[in-house]
Amino acid sequence: MATSTSSPQLDSGPQHDPERVPRRVGFSQTLGRWDVKVSPYLYISPFFLLFALTGLFPLVYTAYVSVHDWNLIGGKGAFVGLENYVFVVQEPNFWKSLRNTFSIFFISTVPQLVIAIVLAAVLDANLRARTFWRMGVLLPYVVAPVAVSLIFGKLFADKSGLINTVLGNIGIDPIGWHSQVLASHVAISTMVDFRWTGYNTLILLAAMQAIPRDLYEAAVLDGASRARQFFSVTIPMLRPTLIFVVITSTIGGLQIFDEPRMFDQTGQGGPSRQWMTATMYIYELGWGNQKSFGRASAVAWILFLIIITIGLINFSITRRIASDNATTKRKKVSR
Amino acid sequence: MRKTTSKMWAAAAGVTGIALLATACSGDSDTPSDEGSEGGSENITLTLATFNEPGYTDEMFQAYEAENPGITIENVKAAESGDARESLNTHLASGAGAADIEMIEIDWLPELMQYPDKFVDLTDPALDGRWLDWKVAQATTPDGVLLGYGTDIGPEAIAFRGDLLAAAGLPSTREEVAEALGGADATWEDYFAFGKQYTEKTGKPFFDSAGATYQGMINQVENAYEEEDGTVIAADNPEVKAIYDAVTTASVTDNLSAHLGQWSDDWTAAFQTDGFATMLAPGWMLGVIEGNSAGVTGWDIADVFPGGAGNWGGSFLTVPAQSAHPDEAKKLAAWLTAPEQQISAYKSKGTFPSQVEALASEELLGSTNEFFNNAPAGEILANRAKGIVAPFKGPNYFAVNDAMQTALTEVDVNGGDAAAQWDSFVSAVSALG
Repeated sequence: MATSTSSPQLDSGPQHDPERVPRRVGFSQTLGRWDVKVSPYLYISPFFLLFALTGLFPLVYTAYVSVHDWNLIGGKGAFVGLENYVFVVQEPNFWKSLRNTFSIFFISTVPQLVIAIVLAAVLDANLRARTFWRMGVLLPYVVAPVAVSLIFGKLFADKSGLINTVLGNIGIDPIGWHSQVLASHVAISTMVDFRWTGYNTLILLAAMQAIPRDLYEAAVLDGASRARQFFSVTIPMLRPTLIFVVITSTIGGLQIFDEPRMFDQTGQGGPSRQWMTATMYIYELGWGNQKSFGRASAVAWILFLIIITIGLINFSITRRIASDNATTKRKKVSR
Repeated sequence: MRKTTSKMWAAAAGVTGIALLATACSGDSDTPSDEGSEGGSENITLTLATFNEPGYTDEMFQAYEAENPGITIENVKAAESGDARESLNTHLASGAGAADIEMIEIDWLPELMQYPDKFVDLTDPALDGRWLDWKVAQATTPDGVLLGYGTDIGPEAIAFRGDLLAAAGLPSTREEVAEALGGADATWEDYFAFGKQYTEKTGKPFFDSAGATYQGMINQVENAYEEEDGTVIAADNPEVKAIYDAVTTASVTDNLSAHLGQWSDDWTAAFQTDGFATMLAPGWMLGVIEGNSAGVTGWDIADVFPGGAGNWGGSFLTVPAQSAHPDEAKKLAAWLTAPEQQISAYKSKGTFPSQVEALASEELLGSTNEFFNNAPAGEILANRAKGIVAPFKGPNYFAVNDAMQTALTEVDVNGGDAAAQWDSFVSAVSALG
């Protein structure tokens, strides 16, 4: 090593103490210090570099675009401040898109979770050909969303569709799946549920199998019925997994695009925008007739803020549930 | 110590690797179409982006490749015009990825004509007079730059179900229907009055869709939505309001419409269930009707169109400026839009040519359409192409028309209130501003 002057110091160190010059720190030693301090960050840097590239940069750039007049083809125009935000907030279609997004989210998520829990409980029982059934519920997940939408679009056709024909046969008036707001949301929710229920079932099933079996034995000894076991043992033990499933379906639900876009031939979300979601509205502003990237970016940022708000609400609820658990445990101990 | 240095090198190499990887991802997307270009100008692959069925066949491409050694043609097909529009918009925005030749429909050509520098100027004195004058005018900018070579046009006739009209005891042959609708002086009032007779006798819908019928009517108004200087007049134009009222009255009050959104699943299915007796038929629509009506007989075409001649649709071939081989692409576009090629395209898919010479050719005029009761389709459409006045379509045409179609669907299909939907059309137009 070129900078090494250390060999005499080893034996003569204490004697030369009084006139000792401040020790020169070798470059290799500096490197060594850096190694300890910097290396860990380098090892995890790939994630952050990729995040900066694919997550942070688009986020910041979208904010930059949203304060400009920005045409899809013409490119960047003048700086307009918050004008784009003011414009979209005054648009009735913006509020419609938010209403539709949340409505479709609720109509799809609630039944989906209920069905998923029930299915998981059934699959958790001792069945013949268990793996077959378990893979069976996942099968719809393999189908591409666009294919699902095309098929369901035909089923839900207002006049020629299978569903209205069946309803007509049992004496119910045909439902305007493509004309009424609520009916269209129900139709789209069935597509979402068709695809995602099996996926959530498997996650919940995995969680159910992790529940210690002696809890059930104890419950049986106490004389609990099957239903009582389900509500008093299974559901409480699933809580952390349920929270995870709720969060993932919230994120997925707020970004829903494929199913509503393919629900009719124009892909605009209905003539009165009955089922236009927030992401479809972004697409319409940016790539539709207005070709305004500035306005589209403004909506994207508003949606981002909404998702953050919901994330924070989720977080606080999760924390409260966690602390609830802690207090009940403490009570048990003190008793 | 030595260990440390080599670790450092490894880390540095790792970081550099990631950086290279990241830049590599973004660097090489601007040469999609010239895989063969290394060998100079010898081997060139030209991509041609089309939608629907323009009628260009593999045999035509092979013939061109044989005449021009070194050229390979690759045809990228989109299902419909809207898909092609979105794809082209995206590629123009990103500055890369567009085909060497892009097919553009007249309805969304005006919005792209605002950016002539995104396209190659295709002006070529040798091709003067090849197309109908109004067809060339549609693709020419105010500065005289020609952005696209015309492919087809959409002269409109009336397609009808002879069997359904006969069952209602109404005129049902080609000549009788043309006469009943008023012959050469046919008006929209005649068309709707004839429809009332049919609907009163049978209780069944007369035409397919309010939106489709409106489209035929608005294409006859010279300045429907915009003045030549770009002023949007759609909401204040009495002609637009009059057509809107006429169509909604006929569709809803008189119940002549089958209340179907054009191109919807219900619309497609209605061809199989005798859903309606007539519809407006531009040349390219004949193939669509035939495709949707497999197994149904009785379709025919009448040599008549209410309100005079009208054109619906038609496309152009353009060369985006980002093309790596603009000269070769221009040559191919010129070849594809030559009368001979357009006549074979017509024979293959029914797209009606826009070339003067093709319109006069015996091959075209003598052609019949077996599905439409052996109607002399070539002659009928050529008659219908006479006297077409191309309406002015400015940069806002597509957006305004979209808002109008939305309102009409809401009234016709979903049973909305006509006056309320007119108001929402007006506010949609003002939001474009």
